[in-house]
Amino acid sequence: MLTKRIIPCLDVRGGRVTKGVKFKNNVDLGDPVEMAVKYSDGGADELVFYDITASAEHRPIDIGMVAAVAKSIRIPFAVGGGISSVADMERVILAGAEKISVNSLAVRNPGIIAEGAKAFGRQCMVLGMDPVRSANPACKSGYEVTTRGFREWTGMDAVEWARRAAELGAGEIVVNSVDADGTRAGFEHEITGKIAAAVEVPVVASGGAGRPEHFVGVFKETACDAAIVAGMIHSGEWTLAQIKDALFAAGIPVRMMW
Amino acid sequence: MIAIIDYKAGNLTSVKLAFDALGAESRITSDPAAIVAAERVVFPGVGAAASAMSNLRELGLEETVRQCAAQKPFLGICLGMQILFDHTEEDGGVDTLGIISGQVRRFRDLPGFKVPEIGWNQVDFTDGENLGGAPLRAEYYFVHSYYAEICPWTAGTTEYAGVKFTAMVKKDRLWACQFHPEKSGRIGLALLDDWLKS
Repeated sequence: MLTKRIIPCLDVRGGRVTKGVKFKNNVDLGDPVEMAVKYSDGGADELVFYDITASAEHRPIDIGMVAAVAKSIRIPFAVGGGISSVADMERVILAGAEKISVNSLAVRNPGIIAEGAKAFGRQCMVLGMDPVRSANPACKSGYEVTTRGFREWTGMDAVEWARRAAELGAGEIVVNSVDADGTRAGFEHEITGKIAAAVEVPVVASGGAGRPEHFVGVFKETACDAAIVAGMIHSGEWTLAQIKDALFAAGIPVRMMW
Repeated sequence: MIAIIDYKAGNLTSVKLAFDALGAESRITSDPAAIVAAERVVFPGVGAAASAMSNLRELGLEETVRQCAAQKPFLGICLGMQILFDHTEEDGGVDTLGIISGQVRRFRDLPGFKVPEIGWNQVDFTDGENLGGAPLRAEYYFVHSYYAEICPWTAGTTEYAGVKFTAMVKKDRLWACQFHPEKSGRIGLALLDDWLKS
């Protein structure tokens, strides 16, 4: 049986892993390669790296870091942030990343999804999106897409955008709820479920994980395929094994041997 | 020396990095002479079957692959396993290498099962011979929309979208797997190490 994936997320700023609440108040957590090895050894099914400052500073992605991670771990990982062209994607993939995650770039230029899917296969193309609850009448799902780390509201309906991105060639969609991000109060089931029901590609729940039960909840209540974990394991309060144990005990298929 | 065949079918970096991690010397190459001279040959592949077959022919590698698959320790991975069979339903139907007799089919649409299958799924090895480090049942990382039917050389099976399919074949010195051992953590590395010792 295909297992539900648990994906630690590493936000990288200036070569260090950081974590903030609602994209603010970032604190230093450690070296990206050391943390990748620790989580890979600890049962992570995949990793995702966001070079969170790359776009704001107009700085290209740190290929050296991507190559160092690829050399050190044997599980798939995705890289996002600082990518502005298919040529950038190619450098990241040739350095050993399995997937490319695009977010603000795809809103500005949706065609990049199709170009990336054509060049590398849709399994390489991940759409990251940051939806927020919105009263904008144009957003019928009740959720609006924000970009550039919650700095800009786009007026785009989150479910419509997910559907369109999947049609363009996105092979996976990460739904990072702005409302839940960093709260550790649990995933936002409503928007995750709406998008998982609307698209035929895997959907990854993101934002809000604080306890192992939150993973049980999102896998039981929505059709999502994977979930992102960050602060609750970065802080040392919980381990990946505790999350996997809780899922296994709840009868949710997970990889228990690594 | 291990030759990793480069026939423009996907990124080979992680395959090479996995052998690096095992301390085994490998080289990514399209040169038929270098491939034939290698002690072991890896035949990877990601992408579409039709372009993979035409690339193989354009690069003059079809006979090289046949020769190495018959004579050397050989490891097919993902699309590199699928095109060892007779025929695939991909791209409207493509005749493939026919080194192993069998058919490759597309997953049927079934509610609750997304295609491609992406992620970790359980492999049950029915032929445990040569498996030293790798367990007889474990999850490996898969990315695929097509699967090989069960055949007389099936050595490991996996279930998805209502079918049990070939996750691994073994025929003499030829091993081939649908999953990606190079991306399957320590267990995947153990399987590659078992192949190196086979």
